[in-house]
Amino acid sequence: MIKIINQFKMELLARSSNESFARAAIAAFISQLDPTVEELSDIKTAVSEAVTNCIVHAYKEQLGYIYITVRILNDNKVSIKIKDKGCGIPDVEKAMEPLYTTAGGERAGLGFAVMESFTDKLTVHSAVGRGTTVIFHKQLQTR
Amino acid sequence: MQCSIFTSGNMVTAKLSGELDHHSAKSIREQIDCEVEAVQPDKLFLDFKDITFMDSSGIGLVMGRYRLMQLHGGEVIILNPSPSIRKVMRLAGLGRLAKIETSA
Ligand SMILES: Nc1ncnc2c1ncn2[C@@H]1O[C@H](COP(=O)(O)OP(=O)(O)OP(=O)(O)O)[C@@H](O)[C@H]1O
Ligand SMILES: [Mg+2]
Repeated sequence: MIKIINQFKMELLARSSNESFARAAIAAFISQLDPTVEELSDIKTAVSEAVTNCIVHAYKEQLGYIYITVRILNDNKVSIKIKDKGCGIPDVEKAMEPLYTTAGGERAGLGFAVMESFTDKLTVHSAVGRGTTVIFHKQLQTR
Repeated sequence: MQCSIFTSGNMVTAKLSGELDHHSAKSIREQIDCEVEAVQPDKLFLDFKDITFMDSSGIGLVMGRYRLMQLHGGEVIILNPSPSIRKVMRLAGLGRLAKIETSA
């Protein structure tokens, strides 16, 4: 049985200056679970990837909002949902392949690979023209 | 985010500090590229000692500088990444493009 112990939602304009704010706000909320330094850094990195993707890819053409929901679940689990109403991804499986990028140049194509390896479970839903939702779960050590 | 650049002979060192993400990468990239294009050094050192956070934008930054240095046959050397930054670099296999060194 999954129980929601605590929850936090925020809505941010997709500006790159909000990348560090989103990481810091989520890290502060999760700190109530007393995570290890490594757990916190893993979560911040995964959040940064998802938020940056909204800014760089989803809202490349027109500015919009990023919707974030963070839940603290029973048994020291955290779930984080990061959603946009941007351009969407035509082929999610392909987009998630390491080194795949549609941006070229300065992007490594590793955002999804980082989210996958730094969290315990990653789910991506997307529809072209409607937007993308990324959800990841992280099990924290019980201390 | 701060970036100080020192040049000595045919070596350029960029000392970075703060959080390296998509937002901060742009100005760092411009500063480094400006110096590298002018000096065409044999070695470009990127000092990560005071970087407190990095995501895949940092990987993109290193990969882009690697390509730039390759144009004139130079190499990139990464200095002093913290354990959490090493973890991202390892995932990306950055060690294949640049030497990663830690000074005492
Ligand atoms: N929220 C999104 N909206 C639209 N397209 C997306 C979104 N997130 C990812 N994509 C697509 O998936 C591709 C892969 O994303 P991923 O984060 O793995 O790499 P990247 O963002 O291109 O590079 P990096 O994250 O290494 O800087 C992107 O190039 C883009 O085409
Ligand atoms: Mg990305």
